[in-house]
Amino acid sequence: MKQSLKNIPAWNADTHLNQAVRNMPPSGIRKFFDLVSEMEGAISLGVGEPDFVTPWHVREACIYSLESGNTHYTSNKGMPELREVICDQAFTDLGLDYDPVEEILITTGVSEAVDLAFRATLNPGDEAIVPEPCYVAYTPDIVLAGGVPKTVPTRLKDEFRVQPEDIARAMTEKTRSLLLSYPNNPTGAIMTRSDLEELADLVVENDLIVISDEVYAKLSYSGSHVSFAQLEGMKERTIILNGLSKSHAMTGWRVGYAMGDPNLVGAMTKIHQYTMLSAPTMAQVAAVEAMQKGEDEMLRMKHEYDLRRRLFVSGLNRIGLDCFEPRGAFYAFPSIQRWGISSEEFAERLLREQKVAVVPGNVFGPSGEGFLRCSYATSREELIEALDRMETFIKGL
Amino acid sequence: MNEILEILSENAKASASEIAALLGRSETDVAREIKELEDAGIIRKYITLINWEKLDQSLVFAVLELKVALQRKTGYDAVAERIANFSEVDSVRLISGGHDLSITVRGKSMKDVAYFVAEKIAPLEGVQSTCTHFILKSYKEHGVILTDKPKPKRLVITP
Repeated sequence: MKQSLKNIPAWNADTHLNQAVRNMPPSGIRKFFDLVSEMEGAISLGVGEPDFVTPWHVREACIYSLESGNTHYTSNKGMPELREVICDQAFTDLGLDYDPVEEILITTGVSEAVDLAFRATLNPGDEAIVPEPCYVAYTPDIVLAGGVPKTVPTRLKDEFRVQPEDIARAMTEKTRSLLLSYPNNPTGAIMTRSDLEELADLVVENDLIVISDEVYAKLSYSGSHVSFAQLEGMKERTIILNGLSKSHAMTGWRVGYAMGDPNLVGAMTKIHQYTMLSAPTMAQVAAVEAMQKGEDEMLRMKHEYDLRRRLFVSGLNRIGLDCFEPRGAFYAFPSIQRWGISSEEFAERLLREQKVAVVPGNVFGPSGEGFLRCSYATSREELIEALDRMETFIKGL
Repeated sequence: MNEILEILSENAKASASEIAALLGRSETDVAREIKELEDAGIIRKYITLINWEKLDQSLVFAVLELKVALQRKTGYDAVAERIANFSEVDSVRLISGGHDLSITVRGKSMKDVAYFVAEKIAPLEGVQSTCTHFILKSYKEHGVILTDKPKPKRLVITP
């Protein structure tokens, strides 16, 4: 060793970190994850994914494809068959015509698509409006893209639909985009066509891009899902993000997509080709099978969620956990405000005393305080048992 | 399909109150409809699916294919109904293909079943031939996979 290097200063990795990453708070669910993991006999209503295993015909198609040696990269944009079948479905479901060559990108889960959408459209200091409570990734993704998240509360009295006046209040000359995520995780809220129409003027006046995460679209229980892109003149301004994780019970496969204006999708594709190259080939093969032949299985799972939704939501209201009717996704979002304790304390005590795990609403943003996210993507037996335990807990409060 | 039947066909233990909660209907309403379905003979019985192989005193099951002479007026019905009367017989079905009736028989041992077939089924008037297939292992019954495999695990909490 050279003489000059003998007195090496203590190594401090922290000083080598990107500031945005260093300042990023750890996920609020971590503590609960550790608590539940150590506990035997706990019922978890904290899981944000289907309890169903991917339908066998989809798994089988993937196995066959692997046996055939289909293990190479796909084109950056994704397999042509997959892009085509997704565009066909967008036409059937939404009446929207997307070009499978220029207007769609297959991503590694919707998560990647969210990240790409912000990175492709935000310049440093640009602001993106995010209605809360919402999925935990949006604001960190905006920060990582160099943008500034402007969160907007939604409220129980509006059934957690975002209100135009709240968006207007958050608007500045730096606002570039509006994120919509309906049907919503964690509230189960949806936006009807007229709800969305009330936002359209604001979007046009302020020349915004709408990034619409519609991963729960297929799980809409009162009428068909309406996308912001379906409103007149809004298709060009909207990037639709969707995937098969929730609809086809394919979370672990990591396959999603983005659809929209060719320039926007093209910009996202540029980032994608240098970071991800292509979404996993086997997952894309499975996705083709699921999209082409998975309708029946998808409807069967949706029907089961709908049954559980009624069972669970009526049960929550019966035991005194007031809950508005969630019309999408697989979450109920009951209020605990009458007890005057924080969501976190309620959730932690419920777990310790009755071994039922839920996620405190504040994890999804400040306006989620006073609520709990309970996933009903679990068996009926567990839901009934969980309701019994929650009732016992509440009686002891 | 009738939503109540759909639920009961999956779980005979589902109570009227549970079904009511699942469907968002009143309990009395559901109970009345179940009673009607029972009275109409649409719901015949509430049964339990048992994995007999897990018990020591396991039962022996056999599938029998029978060739049956068609009879004037009664067709296959008379023979099929006579066979159905035996308590050893679990199911009797008229099938297409190389045979006419497919029946399942249960007994305490293979010998038991073989004697039953030789003494009671084969000699029946109209039964031309029998072919007995003993069931060695059951992998799936009534839509339920019987082989024990650990349930794939999900993370306990995810966003």
